[in-house]
Amino acid sequence: MRHVISVLVQDHPRVLNRITGLFARRGFNLESLAVGTTHVPGLSRISLVVSGDDHTLEQVEKQLNRLIEVLKVTDHSEPHVERELALVKVHVAGVEERLAVKDIQEAFRARVVDVAQKSLILELTGDSKKIDSFLEALRPYGILEVMRTGAVAMSRGERTLKVREKREAV
Amino acid sequence: MKGSEALLKALEREGVEVIFGHPGGAIMPVYDALYDSPIRHILVRHEQGGVHAATAYARASGRVGVVMATSGPGALNLVTGLADAYMDSTPVVAITGNVPRALIGSDAFQEADVTGVTMPITKHNYLVQEVNDIPRVVREAFHIASTGRPGPVLIDLPKDVQLSEFTGTFEVELDLPGYKPTTKGHPKQIERALDALERAEKPILMVGGGAQHAHGELLAFAEKTGIPVITTLMGLGAFPGHHPLWLGMPGMHGTVAANRAIHHADVILAIGLRFDDRVTGKVSRFAPHAHTIIHVDIDPAEIGKLVRTHVPIVGDARLVLREMLKGAKPLRLASWWRELEDWRTRYPLRWKPRPHLQAPEVIRAFAEATGGHAIVTTGVGQHQMFAAQYFPVTRPRSFITSGGLGTMGVGLPFAIGARVARPDELVIDFDGDGSFQMTLQELATVVKYGLDVKVVILNNGYLGMVRQWQDLFHAKRYSEVYLADSNPDFARLAEAYGIKGVRVERKEDLMKGVEAVLSTDGPVVAEFKVYHEEGVFPMIPAGGAAEDMILEHPEEREEVEA
Repeated sequence: MRHVISVLVQDHPRVLNRITGLFARRGFNLESLAVGTTHVPGLSRISLVVSGDDHTLEQVEKQLNRLIEVLKVTDHSEPHVERELALVKVHVAGVEERLAVKDIQEAFRARVVDVAQKSLILELTGDSKKIDSFLEALRPYGILEVMRTGAVAMSRGERTLKVREKREAV
Repeated sequence: MKGSEALLKALEREGVEVIFGHPGGAIMPVYDALYDSPIRHILVRHEQGGVHAATAYARASGRVGVVMATSGPGALNLVTGLADAYMDSTPVVAITGNVPRALIGSDAFQEADVTGVTMPITKHNYLVQEVNDIPRVVREAFHIASTGRPGPVLIDLPKDVQLSEFTGTFEVELDLPGYKPTTKGHPKQIERALDALERAEKPILMVGGGAQHAHGELLAFAEKTGIPVITTLMGLGAFPGHHPLWLGMPGMHGTVAANRAIHHADVILAIGLRFDDRVTGKVSRFAPHAHTIIHVDIDPAEIGKLVRTHVPIVGDARLVLREMLKGAKPLRLASWWRELEDWRTRYPLRWKPRPHLQAPEVIRAFAEATGGHAIVTTGVGQHQMFAAQYFPVTRPRSFITSGGLGTMGVGLPFAIGARVARPDELVIDFDGDGSFQMTLQELATVVKYGLDVKVVILNNGYLGMVRQWQDLFHAKRYSEVYLADSNPDFARLAEAYGIKGVRVERKEDLMKGVEAVLSTDGPVVAEFKVYHEEGVFPMIPAGGAAEDMILEHPEEREEVEA
């Protein structure tokens, strides 16, 4: 089963290396990994997409928690918002294709971020399934390049992935 | 003050009295500072010997062992020892030099990505980039190594950082927001555990290396409840090996009583062990009648990792046992004990007597001559299992062996570390001819520091454990296990180092040999030429279960009662 996991870490050098290394050597299946800073200096947040059974997921969480620089781990089994950003360069041979691609772009509420004579770059955010469908729709026109960021996630409502105030003040 | 001096000062503040190590270019500033430091340094002949010695120092003393090496090759020679300490949860701090910061990543002379290489085999590691970070990093390293589930921590120190002027402070506070080990067991779970034990008909207590420091509480708990105790290889000594409640060691070469007890148990209280496959055999067939498995471990990731746990207790073995002791009651286990007693008397550990000198009888002879009052270290192989079986360890921290990694060659450096940690104790290294030859250069360390260690080599002229497996599972195709054609004369080898050498070849000379070893004041290397085709039994083949236990060699079976 697919799980999205958020991990709050100290942004020390090699912390990402520790996490990916952990997945590699324990045989956990890592589908995507996205990482960025938070509003708290010194803390980064990682979103992982992992597949596995309950036992594997329990181990993923526990093993992540063993890492000294990991502060919090959450498996987003509760309602959450999940987004991924994709940049897609698509081939447009002529006016007809251009119009057809534009229809798809509008249907998905994607944005055109670059226009060239024979290609367009489209930007789309959404959950991973939406991006999959978007790519499926564009495929007949000739996709030249795709860059996806991997999913990022956040719990809905009051639940937050933060550490105690004392830490946040640092 | 230079960074190198700050490092030693910080180590002093952690109470470090001794460092095992080997110098080299990238750690020279620290060695220079060591010249004026009160910290004692033990120069080993190979960094691997140093890290094993530091490991045994930690295991024998309960303190943190410290090892030091230069960059690149020196640091990489620590890898096996760090992995060994990691697998057996031993608190070790390794300090390695590195090339100057400006050269890092440039494939400089003697450069290796040591923090990268050791990431999977250390609890944590550091590359120190700022000289003023040294006290904080040292403080954190010792804290991380010795608390929670202990383990090795590596500090990599670029040479220019060692040479930089230190202007910082030693008054550092620990700030590790992601590291807060749970030591106190959850009261509700403890209550559940006691409840399950109270209702149990066939309970057992399984004890691992994580309970070495909880031996007092363990003894009190077992005696109060009357529950039979089984200690794993790493747990040997945590419970006295001559106690009537002790059933022996479980697993591949465990006793019949211990393995059958696990097989028939209804409630298992496992403390400070990680259900290694050498203990469980095939997990799906492990303890099939146990409706309740209680697992006490300080590392939450161990609970439920391999064996389904019904009552998880995250905490320190000692603190949890202390709490459990409060609610513990004497259990009525008379009929269970009748069963256990029957297995114990019908299937004691025994070896098939032969005209030739035999490894088990050598170990038994030493056990009897010393009354079990020694610190035993071992290499890895048949002799290790014989030592575990036939040397009843009576005190904690007194059986020092490589459990998880199974590292051949640890015996001699382990003996060195144990002797440095406990200089008043008799230290015996039971070694194999194969194992001993992996680190025998450390005899030089023994000589240099006049370390009184007794090396007892059980020489069967083979890589005995591999030979045993080839015998049983590979149709006697003895591929590359024969050593006798090229082994040295071990006694003369010892003499070449200036160490007393003893050689015993005949059964009738056994006691004379034991006496020669134990009466010598100072180090001895004694070679006992033992029967070359001995097998370690009982044995559960890899991936088997308790029911698959082989009691003796299949071809010799008819000679022994059924």
